[in-house]
Amino acid sequence: MPDIILRKTIVTIEEIFHEGGPVAAVPLLRGSVCSVIANPFAGRYVEEIAGFMDDLKPLGLMMAKRLVAALGGDPHRIEGYGKGAIVGAAGELEHGALWHVPGGYAMREVLGGAKAIVSSAKKVGGPGTRLDVPVTHINASYVRSHFDAVEVGVTDAPRADELLLALVMTTGPRIHARVGGLKASDIVGEDGLR
Amino acid sequence: MKARIRKLITVVEEIEREGGLTLERPSRRAAAIAVIENPLSGMYSEDLSQLIDIGEELGDLLARKALAAIAEDAFQIESYGKAAIVGEAGELEHAAAILHPKLGGPFRAVLGHGAALIPSSKKRGGLDCPIDIPLGHKDAAYVRSHFDGMEVHVPDAPRSNEIVVALAITDSGRPLARIGGLSKDEIVGKDGLR
Repeated sequence: MPDIILRKTIVTIEEIFHEGGPVAAVPLLRGSVCSVIANPFAGRYVEEIAGFMDDLKPLGLMMAKRLVAALGGDPHRIEGYGKGAIVGAAGELEHGALWHVPGGYAMREVLGGAKAIVSSAKKVGGPGTRLDVPVTHINASYVRSHFDAVEVGVTDAPRADELLLALVMTTGPRIHARVGGLKASDIVGEDGLR
Repeated sequence: MKARIRKLITVVEEIEREGGLTLERPSRRAAAIAVIENPLSGMYSEDLSQLIDIGEELGDLLARKALAAIAEDAFQIESYGKAAIVGEAGELEHAAAILHPKLGGPFRAVLGHGAALIPSSKKRGGLDCPIDIPLGHKDAAYVRSHFDGMEVHVPDAPRSNEIVVALAITDSGRPLARIGGLSKDEIVGKDGLR
């Protein structure tokens, strides 16, 4: 399968103190990492693309490590995650789906075995297209306080022949979470759901 | 803190390739952004000293955040810029009060030096309003390779009673600068211009 040709990587960290309510003792961190790479399948239909998932694994690991480092360096602080892809105009939505396995693998590897499915979003778009990457708790998808989304996007990407790949992580619940549901403290932690 | 900060955001962009070429070394730029409450929102106040003092505080805080995000040493920083977006219930002059009288001193102190005018932009806008932070060489405004800009925006800010304040720094000029003019090797560094 083709080499990874990386054009740029963007790391964004948001440190949230309040949203009109009480100021949190520990600010919530929400972070994203976006890498912009060449889409080796752009401009034509290619039947066999699945092998590229393995090629993306080292990139995924680099991105996940960089994001954890920017969030303070301690993987145990990460409580929510998600992943996403924006495919440039000369590609197919299916090319974005190539990110499911390596993106999820990378985060589980770096976080030390998270149990919940990694929520995701993908679309085809042009430079500056924004994508709301859904976020759920890393060990139990039903934890209501951790449902969130982090918007990602890069002003000059993806060009038509590029893929924008994204990982997002958070360090806790929404800053003023108070709508009930399964709490992080009540997670059983066996099935990835509750 | 004088400023009531809702959130802080840092963005780091690392560019590996441009124009189909791999750069000799990656070009890095960072923005640090604060979303603060505008204490003068919805009223006319002749005295803007509260905002001027907030500018001084943010000059230090945001410069440290941006520097920590891309460089181990302030000597690596080559260009800088600043910008602000006032929410709809504020005045453009509120952005000016934050950016101009006192922000530059601590910003330059964190970088160790900075003879050149800090290029700036300001506007009034709503949530997710983008702003292009102009960039110029920090010691000589005429260095042509370093004229640039970095776009930032915050999806949920500024609300009408808020101000978004952003600083940007880089460790290099444009990725493939080649249109001549004063180069950084020729800087005299006394008047801030050449």
